[in-house]
Amino acid sequence: MPHDGHDHVSPSGHPYRPDQDAPLTHWQVMEIAVRELLVEKGIATAEEIQAQIDSMDRRSPALGAKVVARAWSDEDFKARLLADGSAACREMGIEVDALKLIVVENTEDVHNLVVCTLCSCYPRNVLGLPPDWYKQRAYRTRAVREPRTVLKEFGVELPGTTALRVHDSTADMRYLVLPKRPDGAEGWSEEQLAEIVSRDSMIGVAVPQI
Amino acid sequence: MGGLIDVMPGPPVDRDEHDYALWEKRVDALMVLASAKGYFTVDGLRRALEDMGEESFETMTYYERWIASVTQNLIESGAFTIEELRAQMEQVQARGDTYGEASLDSGKEQADA
Repeated sequence: MPHDGHDHVSPSGHPYRPDQDAPLTHWQVMEIAVRELLVEKGIATAEEIQAQIDSMDRRSPALGAKVVARAWSDEDFKARLLADGSAACREMGIEVDALKLIVVENTEDVHNLVVCTLCSCYPRNVLGLPPDWYKQRAYRTRAVREPRTVLKEFGVELPGTTALRVHDSTADMRYLVLPKRPDGAEGWSEEQLAEIVSRDSMIGVAVPQI
Repeated sequence: MGGLIDVMPGPPVDRDEHDYALWEKRVDALMVLASAKGYFTVDGLRRALEDMGEESFETMTYYERWIASVTQNLIESGAFTIEELRAQMEQVQARGDTYGEASLDSGKEQADA
């Protein structure tokens, strides 16, 4: 370590962020160098890069949960959401950029599960960045090979009578699961409903619980 | 490789999650900005990833592959040259042994924090 006895304090006297005190890797050096070159060349500004990170940080499953809660509360909205997910999100002020968002509805008879077998395509504009397991080979292969077993591992046991549809995302087209509204939530406000909508339920590996 | 057809089902899904590190978020941001500015497309990102070969998918993390691909695409589209990259990387490396030291910007953020 460069600062013996002060391993966790930067030259400015402030502690490093926990993820920044590990030895510098080749790829981190590349990230820093590329970022600096883009700024130097006037291709991007440091502010733009930070703004992009901030905007990604603001995106979380709470956005998707609001959309689901609205769909549970408003049949007309739900119809619009299922017809055109991107447009319905925009209506709520949620920007999905150029992504084509397809919303698939879980019902008594059908359960939907989302995967990206190729890589990591994910409805990041309404859920934030994907969890590590979504990008893992085990999930990407097994979600299509043995989806019911995978679901069981996540704690979802589907009756044999429920059809299971697995949707493979692409770079231009992302899926969001509209979970089945649980019984017992009658008369709940949208805010209350949104609270029981987890990230995983919108990927299809969980179901909302009361 | 990225696309998996003939692989037998694997082990249980490891459900541990990590918060993305600042450098990973920056790679993500560079990808989004560079494509928004027309330097390459998601297909270009994908193509360079596929060209890396199977071993990269065993040995590199997700955002390590991404920065490699982003960098290659930026060189191809003329944003900077390999020589400029090499010189800049040397300069960055010389600043210190941790990300906090090597990334000037994050040093500033810490001071502000």
